[in-house]
Amino acid sequence: MKKNESYEEFVKGIWRDNPVFVQVLGMCPMLAVTNSAVNAIAMGMATLFVLVGSSFLVSVFRHVIPKQVRISCFIIIIATFVTIADYTLLALVPKVHKELGAFIPLIVANCLILGRQEAFASRYPTRLAVMDALGMAGGFLLALFSLGAVREILGDGALFGVRLFSENFEPWIVMILPPGGFLTLGVILLFFNWFKYKKDEFLADVAEAERGGS
Amino acid sequence: MDNLPWIFISALLVNNFVLTYFLGLCPFLGVSNSLETSARLGLATTFVMLVTAVCAWVLNTYVLVYAPYLRLICFIVVIASTVQFIEMLIKKLSPALFRAMGIFLPLITTNCAILGLAIFATNRGYGFWEGIVYALGAGIGFTLALVLLAGLREESELSNIPKLIQGTAMNLIIAGVLSMAFMGFAGLFSTS
Amino acid sequence: MTADAGKQPAAPSSLRLVLTLAIAGLVSGVAIIGIYQTTLPTITANKARELREAVFKVLPGVSGMQALVYRDGRIVVVPQPDKDEPVIYGGYDEQGDFVGYAMPGAGPGFQDTIALLYGYLPREKQVVGMEILESRETPGLGDKIYKDAHFVGEFSALSVEPEIVAVKKGTSTQNNHVDSITGATISSKAVVRIINETHAAWAAQLPAPGTEPPLTGGPADNGTGQ
Repeated sequence: MKKNESYEEFVKGIWRDNPVFVQVLGMCPMLAVTNSAVNAIAMGMATLFVLVGSSFLVSVFRHVIPKQVRISCFIIIIATFVTIADYTLLALVPKVHKELGAFIPLIVANCLILGRQEAFASRYPTRLAVMDALGMAGGFLLALFSLGAVREILGDGALFGVRLFSENFEPWIVMILPPGGFLTLGVILLFFNWFKYKKDEFLADVAEAERGGS
Repeated sequence: MDNLPWIFISALLVNNFVLTYFLGLCPFLGVSNSLETSARLGLATTFVMLVTAVCAWVLNTYVLVYAPYLRLICFIVVIASTVQFIEMLIKKLSPALFRAMGIFLPLITTNCAILGLAIFATNRGYGFWEGIVYALGAGIGFTLALVLLAGLREESELSNIPKLIQGTAMNLIIAGVLSMAFMGFAGLFSTS
Repeated sequence: MTADAGKQPAAPSSLRLVLTLAIAGLVSGVAIIGIYQTTLPTITANKARELREAVFKVLPGVSGMQALVYRDGRIVVVPQPDKDEPVIYGGYDEQGDFVGYAMPGAGPGFQDTIALLYGYLPREKQVVGMEILESRETPGLGDKIYKDAHFVGEFSALSVEPEIVAVKKGTSTQNNHVDSITGATISSKAVVRIINETHAAWAAQLPAPGTEPPLTGGPADNGTGQ
């Protein structure tokens, strides 16, 4: 049963409770670093590292951290992991680090991470907390990548730096500019809502049919 | 780039924290359904930004020279403490205001705009006065963006909006248009 | 330290609160210092390499460099410049002879600050290369200041007398004219202005051609601080 539980916690973050599309958290990095697919993935991996590491530690120490200072402790733990990620990226991939710029330290202010510690990691056993963190971070990475890919393809005519279209493709520049970020995410959310709407309609129809109505 | 007016106008309009740098989006999307709350939150945030800018300068100049790797933790501690202090201040001075603002006050701590301000000011090597002017411009710009969106949302409350687009999707698209409008400010103050 | 291996006590003592925070802070500090020390050599090496590459790009024929600052009325070689001290770089060829200066400059562009490095030969009074280090100009328009080969190529034999002038594309007639980028006038003019201003600031301080400080440590010197 434990295995199913873990799997549940993992999967919910990817789609059903996706941090970006459903919970509308972590907006700042979502829009800022998704002007190219590579940047989006790099930010997603960094956030994954911080989220999983923090959730792990918070869950391990959850009985030891007094309630009154828990937020401060969470923040200290998160900030430590972010600093580690920052220096590691600077040493290993300086070019990517330069593109992401100030948004790596800003992972600390990502309400998603603090939210997960408060809502989940501090109340559940370690294995579940880690699965939850992996799921949430995975969902976040997915959202980042989808936005980054769309913006890069439309705004630059490339994906991962590889030209996709011929020379005559006129890039839709606004896509890699700030307005493009807002608009693209708005449209993606629109599709998400439509999806959910259709699904609810379908489920309602099924329920009614089962009740013997229609 | 030590030009003080340029720093102020740049933070306020040309490189608006919300619409250009994507900072402070959580309150931007979450709080802007009420013009009044937006304005109050904006003011509180501006105050925290000012305090943070000064503390960041002090830390950078005297302390962090020896331990640059502690920068992030120090900044976040400063921000959390300032917000705590403001909460107590508002509670004492105006309990009604405190109740009205509710959960949004402590949430100022995770507002990436404030941490972003500290980090940008550090990266650009701003001095004491530059930091203050920068914080003022950023805070007022943040308030401006929030108030604009809140105004638009309040205006459209009674309109016939398709169900699909209601909520965050619409806010984002409005924000996108606002951001495009603000792009028109680029080139302001440019010398030819 | 209390060793509560179970549920929380009803109201933990202040001592326990403070102790928890202090220990958390301590462990965090140690972890951060650890990662910092571990990554420092790689980061420093990366920075040095980036600078070298930029300098070699703007000064053709150069294989060694060193940092130069203005102190006590003259240009001197320094192993490590002070934090906020303006620095230029001397480029030297394989025989250790002085070739030219690589001068960093920065200033407001259209959107945000532009930082660049340009190569300058004092004898010929010419700019021989320009490399944009940092820019946030409009993609597709202003970012042509580093993406447009023609614009960058304008800086490969550019006279600085009396000063560089940005002119409309295709109307360049003299050695000190630079063709602007169509649709990115302000960005182009910003680049030209930055170079002019940097040059004006340093011109009086540069030694007479032929009397530049020699390369310390021989022709194979990396010259960036070691």
